[in-house]
Amino acid sequence: MAVSVSRAGYPRWLGQTGNVLSGVFFANRSARRVLALGIFFGVWQILCAVSFDFFINFQFVPSPVEVFKATLTFFTESPWIHFRSSITRVLWGYAVASGLGVLLGIMIGWFAVVEDLLMPPLELLRPIPAVAWIPLAILMFPNAESGMVFITFVGAFFPVLISTINGVEGTLSDTVLIRVGQCLGAKPWHIFKDIVVPGSLPSIASGLVIGMGNAWFCLVTAEILAGRYGIGYITWESYVTSNYPPIVMGMLLIGLMGAASSWAVSRAMEALMPWRVIKKQGSA
Amino acid sequence: MTQLEQRQTTKGAVQVEGLSVAFRHRGQEIHVLNSIQMGIQPGEFVCLLGPSGCGKSTLLNVIAGFIKPTAGYVMVDQAPITRPGADRGFVFQQYSLLPWKTAFQNIELGLKIRGMAKGDRTELVHDYLNRVGLYKHRNSYPHQMSGGMQQRASIVRALVNSPSVLLMDEPFAALDAQTRHMMQELLLDIWEDLKTTVIFVTHDIEEAIFLGDRICIMGVQPGHIKAELPIGLRRPRHFDDTLSAEFVNLHRQVFECIREETMKSMEGCL
Repeated sequence: MAVSVSRAGYPRWLGQTGNVLSGVFFANRSARRVLALGIFFGVWQILCAVSFDFFINFQFVPSPVEVFKATLTFFTESPWIHFRSSITRVLWGYAVASGLGVLLGIMIGWFAVVEDLLMPPLELLRPIPAVAWIPLAILMFPNAESGMVFITFVGAFFPVLISTINGVEGTLSDTVLIRVGQCLGAKPWHIFKDIVVPGSLPSIASGLVIGMGNAWFCLVTAEILAGRYGIGYITWESYVTSNYPPIVMGMLLIGLMGAASSWAVSRAMEALMPWRVIKKQGSA
Repeated sequence: MTQLEQRQTTKGAVQVEGLSVAFRHRGQEIHVLNSIQMGIQPGEFVCLLGPSGCGKSTLLNVIAGFIKPTAGYVMVDQAPITRPGADRGFVFQQYSLLPWKTAFQNIELGLKIRGMAKGDRTELVHDYLNRVGLYKHRNSYPHQMSGGMQQRASIVRALVNSPSVLLMDEPFAALDAQTRHMMQELLLDIWEDLKTTVIFVTHDIEEAIFLGDRICIMGVQPGHIKAELPIGLRRPRHFDDTLSAEFVNLHRQVFECIREETMKSMEGCL
């Protein structure tokens, strides 16, 4: 019996299976995202398995399987104290940074005098990396805990501040929006409250999302100051003791929590802006 | 009696005296408007018609108080204009509803700013929403509304504050022809009730004749009022009237007058 063959020259069932697979994986955006992670870990595992060594050397890089084993070990030995310490530090730093960043950003964007008085020193401090703040954090803060919160604050503050300023200035430069307010009899306060603040919200939101990521970004730096607990502390300590799989585990856990919290922030901001529509190419 | 049924024919007199506007651009003085003289009666519907670049929008912006004149002045009901205010409602060419407010909230904003009590303003806004057929869309955000719906909401947003003058800057230019005709009829319909003074900027001859009591035809380089033409077509007007001999005749007259200016403004580009 002849197997029916498609025009391209391979059995029809193969083509159909392909269609089903591509239907599942490429039509469905969540499936595409899972696939992306699968490919990432798969490629990494293969590079380790073949001891890839061409300019970049994978011979000593822990493979995903080794990292997974280290993670299992970590989770069997009371991991929650580490999570709790890190999450608390990041959230405190982030809370202060976002509160202060949005407040100062709005003031700087709205009042010329505030801009003149605050921007020069802030611009001077902005390029300083979090790690350079460690000595001063030790000198200035009463204990390691507040020093660590300060380091995560440094990471989160500037993106929030700059995005907020840009948002306010961008809205103020929108002649039509401002004129709409003016010919409805709006006083500066109304223009501020009904036009400038909501108009800068999309920009503030992106600052808050980037700031959330940056707070986690600075966690390892912050927890160099830590004595015992914290995901960043484990990562740093494993490096000092040349225990490689937990380093990568720590990196991935920070990445995971950073991504999850950024996602949560961006969802929360979307809920605040039901009036926004985002249409992308290729999104159903 | 609701505000919608009142006739306000006593306020809305506009006086434009020797108005000139010039901008400095790369060290050169560019005259946009040159000694404009214009008097508008309360309740009159005046169309400013002209080719692009004749300064008709600039003139409207000066009356609104968005732009300061270089010389001359504008008075509305004997009060000189120095800044924008709620007594001059403005309908913009672009869709200008605040994207973060629903149709209702957009229309309500002026009343809220003025400090009207919540119950009163809800009732008034609902009246107007019903009047322009948007009641069912009162909780829609602008992005959920068509262009025509957004412009209806913009017109109502200006009218709800019972302005002395309604300034309209090519409000229907971005709409498709069908919607544009419907909007023109709707605007006249509301205007017949309110009798607010309207200054309507357009480059569409047919639109100007269909809507206006009077057309001011503007010329270019620098912008000036070249001719004024009273439109005696009976009211209320309907779309059929645009096919009448009288209308076609007016159209021809205006076209001849404006063609010269259009040629001039095109020469500048060639």
